[in-house]
Amino acid sequence: MSTNNLIQKIKLQDLIFRFAGLIVLIFSFSVLLTLIIDMFKTGYPRINEMFFISFPSRFPEKAGILSAWVGSLAIVLVTSFMAIPLGVATGIYLEEYAKKNWISKLIELNILNLAGIPSIIYGIMALSMFVYQFKMGQSIMTAGMTLGLLVLPIIIVTTREAIRTIPSHIREASYSVGATKWQTIQYHILPYSFGGIMTGVVIALSRAIGETAPLITVGALAFIAFLPTAPISTVAPYVSLQWLSDPYTVMPIQMFNWISRPQEEFHVNAAATGIVLLSMTLILNIAAILIRYRFRKKYRW
Amino acid sequence: MSLYSLQNSQKNSLTDKKRMSSRKNIRKIKELLIEGILFLCALSSVCVTFAIVYTLLVEAMPFFKVVSLKEFLTETEWTPLFENAKYGILPLVTGTLMTTVIALSIAIPFGLITSVYLSEFASVRVREIFKPLLELLAAVPTVVYGYFAMLFVTPILQIIRPEISTFNALSAGLVMGIMIIPYVSSLSEDAMRAVPQSLREGSLALGASKFQTSFQVVAPSAFSGIASAFVLAISRAIGETMVVAIAAGLQPRFSFNPTESTATLTAYIVQVSLGDLPHGSIGYQTIYVAGLTLFVFTFSLNLIGQRIRSRLEKKVK
Repeated sequence: MSTNNLIQKIKLQDLIFRFAGLIVLIFSFSVLLTLIIDMFKTGYPRINEMFFISFPSRFPEKAGILSAWVGSLAIVLVTSFMAIPLGVATGIYLEEYAKKNWISKLIELNILNLAGIPSIIYGIMALSMFVYQFKMGQSIMTAGMTLGLLVLPIIIVTTREAIRTIPSHIREASYSVGATKWQTIQYHILPYSFGGIMTGVVIALSRAIGETAPLITVGALAFIAFLPTAPISTVAPYVSLQWLSDPYTVMPIQMFNWISRPQEEFHVNAAATGIVLLSMTLILNIAAILIRYRFRKKYRW
Repeated sequence: MSLYSLQNSQKNSLTDKKRMSSRKNIRKIKELLIEGILFLCALSSVCVTFAIVYTLLVEAMPFFKVVSLKEFLTETEWTPLFENAKYGILPLVTGTLMTTVIALSIAIPFGLITSVYLSEFASVRVREIFKPLLELLAAVPTVVYGYFAMLFVTPILQIIRPEISTFNALSAGLVMGIMIIPYVSSLSEDAMRAVPQSLREGSLALGASKFQTSFQVVAPSAFSGIASAFVLAISRAIGETMVVAIAAGLQPRFSFNPTESTATLTAYIVQVSLGDLPHGSIGYQTIYVAGLTLFVFTFSLNLIGQRIRSRLEKKVK
């Protein structure tokens, strides 16, 4: 009888936990869902063409995010140019070349550590280094490089993980027909790990788009009623890099500025910007999940 | 004729060999060059850490020439931009600790339950679907969470307890807690899934239930992994900026009352950066002082996390 009781009690415990687990999962998602619905309810009426092609303004109903999304785009471009080559190269070096010595160990520990440094610290480092020491000012270049350093660990770690899944017999087969190390990497390692690396790149870019704190410290302005200089012009030399040193604003900063205002009309604008931001980051993250899934199916070792 | 052809062929093979060897040399040089470039790229990441430590120290040093370390650590007011400036870091530290503790009281139980559920109870399909979905929680921009905390969570809290102020540590902490659930759950789940199946089977064969097996066999075996997940979550909560800057307020206060507005180390840096700050002024130096304090906290946590993880790796071997 008491054994039966015990069994029943234990079985009940299992059931309760199964239930609790499900509740917690559902709770987490309902928070995400509430956030999305609440934001849509407030901000959706503001989302129209004008919102995307207007500059910020002190009249909330006339204000838009033109300079903000152009700024975000420009900065993500600089970030990619910096972080992708550097991150992938570091990943390749650590997986394929690095010998087991103190210097490789130092680099590895350092990357783990970099990933754990709060983003705002990158921001104040960039304020002192890029803005004042290198005299780059409060420019798109500064912002892009700051975010580039910030997302570097993400790209390095995913590149390494992607390369690590490739079995060593692939490399041995390549060497055995006379390929050099770099040829092996160029024709085998990189193509096979492309999916994994892309996943990391997409996640890193989504992080860069949503990042706010370090850009506040390097001086992103909230009120920018003009666009950066166009990169292509009709007069010689046709291509201009002037935009790199122009002041800028980005979507998260614009949103932060609108949240900080007391008037509720501006909160509507903030919600509308939030919808744009949220959609972009969620789409990028879902894309990353799909890329990972497809490549996992494509290569089975 | 034949002699000539022989000579010629010898000559040919000689130049061939020369050409081959020179091509080999070029290839070798190219390989070395590539390796060198890749090595420099890898090394540049070390420079980033160096730059961070260097700037924090150099910019914060002049501050400590004006303010004694004793005042900095024991004074209970932080008003560096006021007429009668006081430089005690404690209010910012208590603000940071308070929001962190609130966040962890959500993230740790929820994250742990989620990870045990996904790793031990849920079917493969449920896990495959929910794990990446759960990670979306960490992908939402923090400024969006800040908006949510200030304009959705705070009004709800005010309905329950009207005395809660517009900016308060509670709503910021709660929302931050939700945000870092994936950091706890994802790493802990990986750790638990790495526990050998034989341990589970042994426990189940002795008549233990799934619940008992999960909490008395699997979770203790995965302790290092779970602990390092907790450490990561703490470090995230301490360093989180936008949620607290938006929803918790910007008033440094030496208290542990979560219904009042407060200021964290990170929020202070944001607040000062929003104003116009001349390079080299004492206000400018204080953001590096706050940053240095923050860095000391997160860096030691990272070290602890790495210690735990390396112990785990040794154990697995």
